[in-house]
Amino acid sequence: MSKDKFDYFIKGEKNKYEVIIGLEVHAQVSSNSKLFSGSATKFGAEPNSQVSLIDSAFPGMLPVINKECINQAIRTGLGLNAKINNNSVFDRKNYFYADLPQGYQISQYKNPIVGEGKVLLDMPYGSKEVGIERLHLEQDAGKSIHDMDPSSTYVDLNRSGIALMEIVSKPDLRSPEEVNAYIKKLRTIMRYLGTCDGNMQEGSLRADVNVSVRPVGDKNFGTRCEIKNVNSIKFMQMAIEYEANRQVELLDEGKKIEQETRLFDTKKNETRSMRSKEDAHDYRYFPDPDLLPLKIEQKLIDDLKKTLPELPDNKKERFMSDYGLNSYEANVLVSEKEISKYYEEVAKLSDKKLAATWMMGDLFAMLNDKGLNISNSPISAKNFAELVQSIKSGEISGRIAKEVFELMVESGDNPKKIIESKGMKQQSDPKELEKVINQILTKNKDKVDQYKSGKEKLFGFFVGQVMKESGGKANPQLTNEILKKLLKG
Amino acid sequence: MSEIIKKNLSEIIDLIKKKEIKSEELANLYIDKVSKSKKLNSYITTCFEHTIQKSKEFDKKPNLNSLLPGVPLAVKDLFCTNGFKTTAGSKMLENFIPQYESTVTENLWKEGAILLGKLNCDEYAMGSSNETSYFGNVINPIAKDTVPGGSSGGSASALAADLTPATIGTDTGGSIRQPASFTGTVGLKPTYGLCSRWGIVAFASSLDQAGPMTKSVKDCSIMLEAMAGFDNKDSTSIEKKKENYSKNLKTDIKGLKIGIPKEYRVENMPNEIDELWNKGKSILKDLGAEIIDISLPHTKYALPTYYIVAPAEASSNLARYDGVKYGYRSSKGNDLIEMYENTRSEGFGDEVKRRILIGTYVLSSGYYDAYYLKAQKVRQLIKKDFDENFGKVDAILTPSTPSSAFKIGEKTNDPISMYLNDIFTVPVNLAGLPAISVPAGLDKKGYPLGLQLIGKTLDEQNILNVAYAFEKNCNFKNEIKNWWL
Repeated sequence: MSKDKFDYFIKGEKNKYEVIIGLEVHAQVSSNSKLFSGSATKFGAEPNSQVSLIDSAFPGMLPVINKECINQAIRTGLGLNAKINNNSVFDRKNYFYADLPQGYQISQYKNPIVGEGKVLLDMPYGSKEVGIERLHLEQDAGKSIHDMDPSSTYVDLNRSGIALMEIVSKPDLRSPEEVNAYIKKLRTIMRYLGTCDGNMQEGSLRADVNVSVRPVGDKNFGTRCEIKNVNSIKFMQMAIEYEANRQVELLDEGKKIEQETRLFDTKKNETRSMRSKEDAHDYRYFPDPDLLPLKIEQKLIDDLKKTLPELPDNKKERFMSDYGLNSYEANVLVSEKEISKYYEEVAKLSDKKLAATWMMGDLFAMLNDKGLNISNSPISAKNFAELVQSIKSGEISGRIAKEVFELMVESGDNPKKIIESKGMKQQSDPKELEKVINQILTKNKDKVDQYKSGKEKLFGFFVGQVMKESGGKANPQLTNEILKKLLKG
Repeated sequence: MSEIIKKNLSEIIDLIKKKEIKSEELANLYIDKVSKSKKLNSYITTCFEHTIQKSKEFDKKPNLNSLLPGVPLAVKDLFCTNGFKTTAGSKMLENFIPQYESTVTENLWKEGAILLGKLNCDEYAMGSSNETSYFGNVINPIAKDTVPGGSSGGSASALAADLTPATIGTDTGGSIRQPASFTGTVGLKPTYGLCSRWGIVAFASSLDQAGPMTKSVKDCSIMLEAMAGFDNKDSTSIEKKKENYSKNLKTDIKGLKIGIPKEYRVENMPNEIDELWNKGKSILKDLGAEIIDISLPHTKYALPTYYIVAPAEASSNLARYDGVKYGYRSSKGNDLIEMYENTRSEGFGDEVKRRILIGTYVLSSGYYDAYYLKAQKVRQLIKKDFDENFGKVDAILTPSTPSSAFKIGEKTNDPISMYLNDIFTVPVNLAGLPAISVPAGLDKKGYPLGLQLIGKTLDEQNILNVAYAFEKNCNFKNEIKNWWL
């Protein structure tokens, strides 16, 4: 699966094309109330149950900025290694739609709260830096529901006014794989920071995808198309794949690519034109006169910086140096804050490397199988560490450990207790083991003779017999040693 | 008619405090005259049952320490009033009943005032004659064929006709001061941010400001004290301590420097206004003030600047009236866009549409820099003109309007000449400063004319004092003959 060289290109008739991708990610700010009103922001509430007079744009209602949303945007900016702007402005983006009660969206146009930053991606072919152009705060719109009634559209304003961070990347991404890694990395960073839950099913994270192609070696960008509002990584990848190929085909035919906004049809797996550049809205942006320019004191930024948790890049480095993990292992174990926390608890109490192997193997497979998260794992970190230690100390074999693991999942019990009660402890007493082996050798004298006369394959047979006799508990290493010794004699 | 309702607010408050009249009696006096004065068309909505009920409640447990004890007050129909129709003078909100109370009116009720009714105004406060109201034009009680000015025309008319002891309006480009001037009353536009905009139907957010309209300067100080105050629901509200304007009112203005800006002597201005201005200067001089000629060089750009900034903001502020959530919705149209188009075509009047069109145009891509952005720059220059002069002078004296009340229908087909009526008031809004219009005399026709005093940011007390001193020495008398009864 892993390739050590980047090779995502599209072959046209004459040229080999490189795909240029930039993302505008809309991340819902984790906050108890909306960007400019006190309404709640819980997902899945009764339609129109979290709507204030401000969210529904009643006459005379005025927006008041929610400071927590500002702090969240600053935290996110810091997490993206970005410049926080001490002065920024909220603008009105004017357009009419039924789920936009004010007739404008309050957003930030020329002066966003966060400026340039960067994100590091771990790709199989090495580390890749993706530039962040800006991050700005804006209001989400409500939701129009067209399929509840054949003749009417219903509007749910629960989402209206919820704070979004629009994170605009530079056109630095070059493949669907990189987009996958980028979105996951953004999500990881924001989850570490607690600034966005990153839940794509609930619409907390969605993206507009800008795609263009150019012949490999060209310095200039091609004309781009923007694919609006894609809400899963898989769909983003499919849309890019389709759109890049569509553009290459057009170029092959000698046609021009029109700058336009396109929609991705998830059922047909294709993008299609939504509106051309000529039909583009004129949003008539202007500074919102209901809000003063946003001034952020340097002290607030410095204070927030102090409260930031250890972020994934730093944590990964520490895992590699402190725990002796390789880059791949460290990457997986820092991919979610909860996973890294679990791992550190386990590693504190057991063998660090073996803990990583078992977590990434059996534990993740089981969680995946059961559709669980690490935070609701049936096996506690403490119990898992004991299991790892039991393996490490030779108390149980790897094979027995798998059985113990299964029983731990079922019962949630402590591994020691399971091993005790089921008598699963490995037989590691050489004297005891020698006794058992001697019995087997005596019982199978003919086989011993055959072995000695050169049929060395029979060694496995003796091991099998020992395991059978011991109920699988014989220490395999010791069994080998003793068997070899006795068979020689 | 009772003589009591001819009295000033402060005198009426005294009568209540001395228990010489009950709140309910007072309410009935106003209700009686309002009922007989429909010809003026100054009220859009009355709520007499509410008024009587509240006044009875007051009389049972009178709190005489409040600023407006048991005083019935009608307010401009731009202030949202909980449970009472708030129309903004528009068909769009003809049947709109808010379930919330504007901060400013809430402040008045907290000081003991009682809602008497909602007063006519130009549609969404867009107009200078109260002729753009969907509920019909308002008549100025000074003469039956004259306009009361606008947009707070209903407020001015009702006040001058003794249909409310005092009132409040909003002033975006002169909408308090110009009608005050036209009706021989006092009107003050406070510093931008002194009174909360929360719950006031928005016209142009960076200019809108609520203020008192009264029969005397003292009344004005009482009303301002009651309505002003920081409000955390309005991000542009100024955080400061409440002031006791009425208690601190004084007539001693000795040594104050009064600026006279030469740019306010405009072409075709009637001689009478120049004479009145001179009269104002000499009164203030006699009171010991120093008169200083000043220059506000960017004044001539104020009106065009205003007619870019205000419509731009209005075009966006009025986007919410789309027929989806509340207010008027056209029954015609086959899809969302057609519903929008029909609703807004039918729900808005011509002047509102004109300003939405202008505003949309000046914000459009390709025109934004040439119009909106440039206007914002000029706005800064206008503000700078004032700032620089306020180093030299304590207040600025100008005429309030370039004419007295004009005839109904005289300017309705000539928007430019209508807009020119705000030429002296608009710069103050662009600069966010406080200004008061005080009646200063009558013209040949016997129509009142006002002078305007412009103050520094948050210097309301100072212009109130100058106006108070001026009022005491001007001997202005409004001659309203109740011809409509």
